[in-house]
Amino acid sequence: MSGPSSDAASRENPWRSHAARIRSIVPESPGVQTYELEFEEVLVRDSYRFAAGQFNMLYLPGIGEAAISVSSNPADRSSLAHTVRAVGNVTDALARLGLGGQVFVRGPFGTPWPVTDVIDRNVVIVAGGLGLASQRAAILFLMAERACRSVTVLHGAKRPEGLLYGREYDAWRAAGVAVHTIVNEADASWSGPVGLVTDLLTDALRDPSATTILCCGPDPMMVGVAKAAIGRGVAADDVFLSLERNMACAVAHCGLCQFGPLFVCRDGPVLPYERIADLMRIPQM
Amino acid sequence: MPAPLLPVGSWHRLDHAGLQAVVDVLWSAGHRVVGPQVADGAIVIRDLRGVAELPTGWLDDQDGGSYRLRYDPAAGTFDHVVGPHSLKNFLFPARETIASFVQLDGSWSQTPPPAQAPPLAVLGVRGCDLAALAIQDRVFLGSGYVDEAYKQRREKLFLVAVNCRRAAATCFCHSMGSGPAAGPGFDLALTEIEGGFTCEVGSHRGAAVLAEAVAAGAALGGCSTEDVEAAREVSQALATRMHARQQVGGEPKPRSLDTHGIRDLLMTNLEHPRWDEVAARCLSCTNCTLVCPTCFCSSVQEVADLSGDHVDRERQWASCFSLDHARMHGHSVRSSTAARYRQWLTHKFAGWIDQFDTSGCTGCGRCITWCPVGIDVTEEIAAIRATAGGGASQADASQPGEAAS
Repeated sequence: MSGPSSDAASRENPWRSHAARIRSIVPESPGVQTYELEFEEVLVRDSYRFAAGQFNMLYLPGIGEAAISVSSNPADRSSLAHTVRAVGNVTDALARLGLGGQVFVRGPFGTPWPVTDVIDRNVVIVAGGLGLASQRAAILFLMAERACRSVTVLHGAKRPEGLLYGREYDAWRAAGVAVHTIVNEADASWSGPVGLVTDLLTDALRDPSATTILCCGPDPMMVGVAKAAIGRGVAADDVFLSLERNMACAVAHCGLCQFGPLFVCRDGPVLPYERIADLMRIPQM
Repeated sequence: MPAPLLPVGSWHRLDHAGLQAVVDVLWSAGHRVVGPQVADGAIVIRDLRGVAELPTGWLDDQDGGSYRLRYDPAAGTFDHVVGPHSLKNFLFPARETIASFVQLDGSWSQTPPPAQAPPLAVLGVRGCDLAALAIQDRVFLGSGYVDEAYKQRREKLFLVAVNCRRAAATCFCHSMGSGPAAGPGFDLALTEIEGGFTCEVGSHRGAAVLAEAVAAGAALGGCSTEDVEAAREVSQALATRMHARQQVGGEPKPRSLDTHGIRDLLMTNLEHPRWDEVAARCLSCTNCTLVCPTCFCSSVQEVADLSGDHVDRERQWASCFSLDHARMHGHSVRSSTAARYRQWLTHKFAGWIDQFDTSGCTGCGRCITWCPVGIDVTEEIAAIRATAGGGASQADASQPGEAAS
């Protein structure tokens, strides 16, 4: 937890949710949109803080709640964005809401990306599909705060239209961020590389001992990235993965997100690979 | 009669009428009083007004997948052990509204939580269930975020414990260090003796209630050092028999569990063939998690009224044996029964230690009794230990724990 006020409020009653309105909607890829939210209460707006990599529980009364990473820059107090794929009850209903629609927010919850102690590191961000949403918060923070030596983004998607935030790449590159994309299945529009995101890793790891990996995507992809990075000399405790699991409470009470001894909502979602490598090896853990 | 001064830690003699006076005092003070009663072929915990409703003379024969009541005129009021209910049913109810929302002119707002139910007093709580309560306290009160409704119920809870003098075949509290003697954590603790009970005062509230009962006419007798020793010996003798795994008077011998290095044993055997073997018997019915006094998993359902303008968010017990528990994007992370059984057992006996610095098991045996096919955790863990891979088996071999069943 990062914000003192929102933190205190959450600890009073973890089920307390704060009303917000949708201020803008940006289509990102088929079925995926970024929702800019603004809290209705000024007090909440002013006190709410989050860290890159943390998530909120977005709630629609009568529909349900979903855990969604914050995808905006935590240092930019004017923005609170969530990039969401419509894949279920809650996210489908969110997609139908439109501008001004009301969304309730509980959070922030979980562990952040380690973006505040990488000042002399090369940060390599490896994202599979929608995984880039939680990392966008880290990218924007690292760019704006000049918080590391270099930022490289390796973004893979199944098809070209699944790549996220394409309209922002020019601005990221202008700020010194290296952005490389790859797809599994090319179409006529695609002139870039075809393959897996791990294929991009070799070129990005020129100084492995000074590299920190932030990885988010499907479990098998993250394991592949972690093993490849470690194989090239990155330390296991410099590889961070963001896990996704079923969640109802986000405060280590409901038990649904358990992964071995970990509550992904509280001990994660961002975890050093070193801590979870043995568990990730076991099928259906 | 003026209320006597009854120090915490003092022992007294109480007859059945005296226990009734205790119930009356709790009732008059606004408590909902519940206790064990015979209903639907089992001893369950229900609202109780008189001690005559307690299951005096009833015994429960329990074994894997089997629970039968039997009447024995020689049996006491609390010679049954634990039934399907536990304190969990009351402190962490199976369904509870955790938030409410109301819609007015197209805008929703969250409404304050509902008023709390009256304070609860529970009669006949055993050592294993006091231990289970302490474990649930760590989940809902001690892990950072506090569950406010649980906290309020917990703070007002009044507990009349009972020291067990009989064990069922499914009991292994002695292995888990939770019984058969009750405590700590009770307000009053009873040990059944000829003609009534000895009553140990465990808290200032317990002392106050007992003193009020005396003021209302309850006959409170003194306990000599010998009486206290004799009362303590009741559970001690049972503990000795359980550790020795002795059979007493036609009762089957209690189970036992070797807990030595159990966390590492299980976490280094996550791919042991026994998981598939037990999965061939497990029906994934969730009974074990429902009767378990410490299982705390839950999900939240939206409950709307007919207008759709009032929505309650209802927390319901969930089970790691259901496919929904670990469901993500339409598929379950743990799609096989073997993975779900492994999740339950390894969480209960290993992950819990990392999460809450305590085992999640109290040895109450409910999961064995209420499993429709009689799967027995003590047997499953013993089987894994007997053929363990990894380093745990070697490490344990030099330090004999208790004999496994």
